[in-house]
Amino acid sequence: MKTLLNNKQLDITLQRLAHQLVENHLGFKDTVIIGIQPRGVWLSERIFSILKSITGKNDIDYGKLDITFYRDDIHQGNEIQVPSQTDIPFSIEGKNVVLVDDVLHTGRTIRSAMDALIDFGRPANVELMVLIDRRFSRELPIQPDYVGQTVDTILSQKVIVYWKEKDKKDEVVLIDKS
Amino acid sequence: MSLSVKHLLGIKELQAEDIHTIFRTADNFKQVLQRPIKKVPALRDTTVANIFFENSTRTRISFELAEKRLSADVVNFSASGSSVSKGETLIDTVHNILSMKVDMVVMRHSASGAPWFLSRHTDAAIINAGDGINEHPTQALLDAFSIRERLGNVQGKRIAIIGDIMHSRVALSNIYCLNKLGAEVMVAGPPTLIPKHIEELGVKVEYDVKKALAWCEVANVLRIQLERQHKPLFSTLREYALFYGINRQMLDALEKEIVVMHPGPINRGVELNSDVADSNQSIILDQVQNGVAIRMAVIYLLSGKKGELE
Repeated sequence: MKTLLNNKQLDITLQRLAHQLVENHLGFKDTVIIGIQPRGVWLSERIFSILKSITGKNDIDYGKLDITFYRDDIHQGNEIQVPSQTDIPFSIEGKNVVLVDDVLHTGRTIRSAMDALIDFGRPANVELMVLIDRRFSRELPIQPDYVGQTVDTILSQKVIVYWKEKDKKDEVVLIDKS
Repeated sequence: MSLSVKHLLGIKELQAEDIHTIFRTADNFKQVLQRPIKKVPALRDTTVANIFFENSTRTRISFELAEKRLSADVVNFSASGSSVSKGETLIDTVHNILSMKVDMVVMRHSASGAPWFLSRHTDAAIINAGDGINEHPTQALLDAFSIRERLGNVQGKRIAIIGDIMHSRVALSNIYCLNKLGAEVMVAGPPTLIPKHIEELGVKVEYDVKKALAWCEVANVLRIQLERQHKPLFSTLREYALFYGINRQMLDALEKEIVVMHPGPINRGVELNSDVADSNQSIILDQVQNGVAIRMAVIYLLSGKKGELE
């Protein structure tokens, strides 16, 4: 097991990601943040609260998107998943959407998320923020716009993100599955 | 998290946890149905056959809509106008349909137990859409889901099922489902329409509909199934309506406001008067709406598993 980000590093990374967002979307007039259920939401919640404190704005649109029904591996022998909640209480028509997920691996989740998103309207553009980018594992042509940390991994390894809110610690680790 | 069963044959075989899983999934589909695009691609590689050996409007349309909103391919079959009228047996009909590579079968049949028979002979997932006088599981699920939506919870609620209990598969499935969810259940109706020994299922029995209404928080009123009654069990429909029909005055005489349900089709003026069926105490149309979400949840949760022949 190897620690990719400890408590302190994770905090700095989150601050940086939030500031990068502010740099590109100053004012957040037409920008919405959407976390991908279930795990991306832990990251998007953090980013959203940091954004509120650095911009002083309380009216940034923030939603959660569940992609269970859009997955392409429902009948691949995996256990069928019970979905989480989708909560997008605003229109995404013509907006700049920032999708947020914790780990970018094969890119298939993001593909599903884009399909799910388009069922809610036609965004002006879509960006992707991830905490960890496993860059050599991609199966689809998908790249992130905001990256916490890029790591080189092999398939048998697994990245686990722990959040204070649910795991009592902030940490990102890389483990070897045996 | 998925269901403990491969087929939805009856509520009897389900665990309480399965029912909660179906409800949680249906919550999400209900929300999908409010969107501008009411469709998800979850089952785009699945083919479902709807095989109806008995008439149906609501259930059939509801299943078909549910399948289409999940992007499944759908084939419909009804016994009238098919080879069944030429003398083909159930198992042959179904084998022929399945050899066209169908993953799931939704079946309604007038013989109790027909879906169980089928599940032993095919490897497609079977969903029972009503078999004879036995079970109608998706109706019970949507009834309980509608109660949960209106009252917040099913556990501990007092629910009276009123009418033709003897010939109703909705009644039996409802009793199993509500019992598993921890509700108190009463059946009420004329003694000739209540099966003997039904108390053994853990329900109260009442022959006076006014007492049943005074006891319950939810009244699920059932249709008199004249087509299944082969001998006279009460003198006339008019007399039934007089003693067991529910009207406005009866509801107004109660000290509380109860919820009225009906699985449809309603015989207005017999078991339910229009001034009750169309009132805001009635959640009959909510039941129909929830039916699609519940059926989407059941189909979705069963789609991952193919049955295995034992």
